Amino acid sequence: MKISEVAEILEAVVLTGGQMLDEEVHSACGSDMMSDVLAFVKDQGVLLTGLINVQVIRTLLMMDMNCVVFVRGKVPPEGIVEFAEESGVAVLQTKLPMFEACGRLYSRGLGRGDMKTEGNAHE
Amino acid sequence: MNEALHYHFDVDGANFSNAGRASVETKKLLRQLGVPPEIIRRISVAMYEGEINMVIHAHGGDADVYITEDTVLITLKDVGPGIRDVEEAMKEGFSTAPENIRALGFGAGMGLPNMKRYSDEMHIDTKVGVGTSIELWYHLK
Repeated sequence: MKISEVAEILEAVVLTGGQMLDEEVHSACGSDMMSDVLAFVKDQGVLLTGLINVQVIRTLLMMDMNCVVFVRGKVPPEGIVEFAEESGVAVLQTKLPMFEACGRLYSRGLGRGDMKTEGNAHE
Repeated sequence: MNEALHYHFDVDGANFSNAGRASVETKKLLRQLGVPPEIIRRISVAMYEGEINMVIHAHGGDADVYITEDTVLITLKDVGPGIRDVEEAMKEGFSTAPENIRALGFGAGMGLPNMKRYSDEMHIDTKVGVGTSIELWYHLK
């Protein structure tokens, strides 16, 4: 699914990353706990979250995710969108609550991707 | 580790919004050095969790990255309170982080488990009242 379709399905505003709308996303994850996001390995995923601090963007960078959706119409504080822009992360904002936003994307075919917990070499 | 490339970062413990800067920088460095992306992600996620831990629990500390042809070593050292029960701290969901940290998206008790999950070897050296030192090892070959 393209980022432009994610925006359309969620009736979202694109806060930054307009040039990335043609990029593909293969999976999505909804969470306000960044450590839970970090526990899973995914490629080019979307993060839906109600958390609006700078650590959200850093978490995306660590996970090589390229798009974040702020749900419930949350407005990120100053500097977050700029940091995302510098970092090459698309930022969308939707008025939908988390549950509905996730449900809409899931029902339109955006799956969990090849979601797997990273194994430990010693286990 | 004589011929290791070495990078040092001061992890600022005063400001939570700075937590993770060293990991972002390290990720860039590893990319420039041509380390495979999958390994870079494992290194940067583990280091990021470690950095967050140092800021939450220990008022910051020192992060060092040593890179040789076949290994990457990340060391995270702080002079914080130490970990009272390492076995307990390694359990997913166990956290001593204060409630305000949860509101910031951390403190779910996944920090150390994630660091172990995303490293080839992890060594913890900790003493209550003295501090904690963690080594994260990666074998590139």
